[in-house]
Amino acid sequence: MLEIKNLAAEIDGKQILKGIDLVVPDGEIHAIMGPNGSGKSTLGYVLAGRDGYTVTAGTATFDGVDILAMEPEQRAAAGLFLAFQYPVELPGVNNANFLRTAMNAQRRTRGEPELNGVEFLKLARAETKRLSMPDDTLKRNVNVGFSGGEKKRNEVLQMELLRPRIAVLDETDSGLDIDALKIVADGVNALRSPGFSAVVITHYQRLLDHLVPDRVHVLSDGRIIRSGGPELALTLEAEGYAAIVAEAA
Amino acid sequence: MAAVEETIDAVAAVTGSTYKWGFTTDIEMDIAPKGLNEDIIRLISARKEEPEWMLEYRLAAYAGWLKMEEPNWAMLKIAPIDYQDVHYYAAPKKPRPKSLADVDPALLEMYEKLGIPLREREVLAGVVGSDEEEGHRPPVAIDAVLDSVSVATTFRKNLAEVGVIFCPISDAIREHPDLVRQYLGSVVPKQDNYFAALNSAVFTDGSFVFIPKGVRCPMQLSTYFRINTQNTGQFERTLIIAEEGAQVSYLEGCTAPQRDENQLHAAVVELVAMADARIKYSTVQNWYPGDEDGLGGIYNFVTKRGDCRGARSKISWTQMETGSAITWKYPSCILRGDDSVGEFYSVAVTNHKQQADTGTKMIHIGRNTTSTIVSKGISAGQSNNTYRGLVKVRPQAAGARNFTQCDSLLIGNDCGAHTVPYIESRNPTARLEHEATTSKIDEDQLFYCRQRGLSQEDAVGMIVNGFCKDVLKELPMEFAVEATKLLAVSLEGSVG
Repeated sequence: MLEIKNLAAEIDGKQILKGIDLVVPDGEIHAIMGPNGSGKSTLGYVLAGRDGYTVTAGTATFDGVDILAMEPEQRAAAGLFLAFQYPVELPGVNNANFLRTAMNAQRRTRGEPELNGVEFLKLARAETKRLSMPDDTLKRNVNVGFSGGEKKRNEVLQMELLRPRIAVLDETDSGLDIDALKIVADGVNALRSPGFSAVVITHYQRLLDHLVPDRVHVLSDGRIIRSGGPELALTLEAEGYAAIVAEAA
Repeated sequence: MAAVEETIDAVAAVTGSTYKWGFTTDIEMDIAPKGLNEDIIRLISARKEEPEWMLEYRLAAYAGWLKMEEPNWAMLKIAPIDYQDVHYYAAPKKPRPKSLADVDPALLEMYEKLGIPLREREVLAGVVGSDEEEGHRPPVAIDAVLDSVSVATTFRKNLAEVGVIFCPISDAIREHPDLVRQYLGSVVPKQDNYFAALNSAVFTDGSFVFIPKGVRCPMQLSTYFRINTQNTGQFERTLIIAEEGAQVSYLEGCTAPQRDENQLHAAVVELVAMADARIKYSTVQNWYPGDEDGLGGIYNFVTKRGDCRGARSKISWTQMETGSAITWKYPSCILRGDDSVGEFYSVAVTNHKQQADTGTKMIHIGRNTTSTIVSKGISAGQSNNTYRGLVKVRPQAAGARNFTQCDSLLIGNDCGAHTVPYIESRNPTARLEHEATTSKIDEDQLFYCRQRGLSQEDAVGMIVNGFCKDVLKELPMEFAVEATKLLAVSLEGSVG
C-alpha cells in the first residue's frame, strides 16, 4: 500500500507540491487528473526519486517503508515503476541488454536468482508479441528512432517484464492512437491483481474507458482538491477543470 | 571457457575503487645502471647478442635523438622527464626458459593474477567461445612480455608449421636477421620523431610477426605487456609483416603495477601489408593511470604506423585507451597501394587528472584509397581528452575517400574534450567527410536507468558502452568483454 501524507516538494526553489495526501491500497488503480502545471509529473518524479527535487515536508511510504529515503534504484527494486511521459533514448544500448540488466539488477537486490539469456529472451519475446510490437524491438536501441507511440509501448513492455508492485504511469496515453491506447490499457489490466496497484496520470477520459480506475483524484496547484469514483472523470470530461478548481478555491 | 572466465574475474576484481593490479612480482632482476649513453646502448645490444648492424642502427638512432627536441605541440602538460634517471635495461636473471615448465612459478602466478591464460591448455580452453552466435573461436597465441624480455612464447611451433613467425623481436634479430633488417625502420624511420628515435636506440623487446604469402594466420596473436621494475622505462618494438594475401589479427593489452614515480613508455609499432594483405591490430591499454591526483601514472608515448604497401591491402587499428597518466599516440596508415584501406577505431577514456592526446593519420597516396576514422573520447574528473587527426590526400591519390566520426562525451563539469582535425587535400576528386559531436552525460538518461533498477555506476557504464558501441564491436571477442568492464571501471566515481 502506498501512503502519501502531506507531501510537499520544490524544485529550484519553486514549490510544486503543497501537501499531497493520497492512499493507494494494494490491488487498486487510481487516476490523477488535473490542469497543466498542477504537479502531476512532479509527484511521479518525487516518488521515483529524481535528482533536483527537494521534499520539504511530509512522508511517502510503501508497505510502511519510507521510500523517500531510498535511492531510485532501491525504490525500483522495492517494486516502484515509473512509466515516463517522455521516455529517454539510450544510443548504442539495445533493448534486450537494457531490460535484462535492469531485471537482474532488481533481482539481485531482492536476493532472487538472475535470469540467463535464454530465460530472459523467452519472457521478453512473449511480451513483445502480446503488445503487438515488431520482432526487432528487442534488438533496437532503447527508444532510439522510436515513434511516440512506440516509445510508450516500450514503457509498457518494460513494466510488464519488471512486474512492479506499484506503477506510476505519467501520461502514458498521450500521443497514442486508439489501437495503441487499448494495447497500453490492456497491458496494465493484465497486471491487475491483489499484489499490483497503479497511479495513472492522464488528461483524458478515453484511457479510463479501457482502464477503469477505482478512484479518481483531481490535482490542482500542488494539492488534491477533489477525489471520487470513476464518475468523477466523466464529470471532468464534460465540465472541464475550471469549475472544480473554482469551487475548491 | 575457463581462461575467459578468469580474465573476466580478474577484471571484475578491479571493480573496487582502487587499481588492484598494482602489485609487484618478486623476481630477481638484472638491471643496467640508470642513464642513457653509447655504453648503455652497447650493453643492451651485447646482452641481446645482436649482430653489428643492429648496434649501428641503435647508435645512429641515438645520435639523431641527441639532436632532437621533445615535441610540444600536443595538448598535454608534461613534467620535465629526466632521461638520465631511467634504467634502460632490466631482465629476469634466470636464463631463458626452454619451455613453459621452466618458467618461474612466481611469474606464472603473476600472469594468473592478471588473468592471462598463459598455459596452452588454458589458452585453448579460453578461446572456445561460449557465445552461441560467434561459435567456435580460433585459439590465441600469447607472447608474454615481462619488462624487457619475452619470458615465454606459446604456440610458436604450431605457427611455424604454416610458416608464421611469431617471436620476441630480439630472437628475430638473431634468427631472421635478413627479414628484420629489410623491414625494421621501413615504416617508422629511426629518426622519425623524438620518442621513436629513443625507442630505436634502446628498445629491448617486443614482438615480431611474419605471415608468409597467402597464409591466413590460424590464430589470433596476442602480447600482454607489463612494466614490472621500478623506474624501468619500457621500450617495446613490434614489427608485423603480412606478405601478399596474408592475414593476421594481433591483440595487445597492458596492465601495469602501481607506482609512485612516473614511468616512461615509448613504444614503436610498425606494420607492413603487401598486396591483398590484411592486418588487424587491436589494443586495450590499461597502464596505471596514476592516483586521483595524477601521481605515479605511466607516460605513454607511442608511435604506431602501418604501411599499406601493396594494392588492396588493409590495415585496421582498434584501440581502447583507458590507462596512463599521459597518452601521446596516433596510430596511422600510409595508404600507398591502390585501393588500399585504412581504419582507425578508438575509444579513449580519461578520468581524474589523466591527459590523452590521441588520434590518427591517414595518408592517401594510392588511387581509390579509403579510410575510416571513428573516435570516441570520454572525459571525466579533471581530465583532458584530445582527438588529433590528420587526413592527407596527396596529388596522385585520385578517388580517395575518408569518413571521420569524432564524438566526445563529457562527464562532470571539470573535464575537457578537444577535437583537432587537420585535413589536407591536394586532389580534386577526393571525398572527405568529417562529423563531430560533443555531449554531456545526460541526467535524464541516468535517472531513466536507475528508475529501472540499475545502480548509478552501472547506469554510467551502460550509457558509456552504448556511446562506444561502434568501436567496441570492432574489438575481437576476447577483448570486447574485458573492454566493456574496463570502461565501467575507469569511470568509477566519476558521477554523483
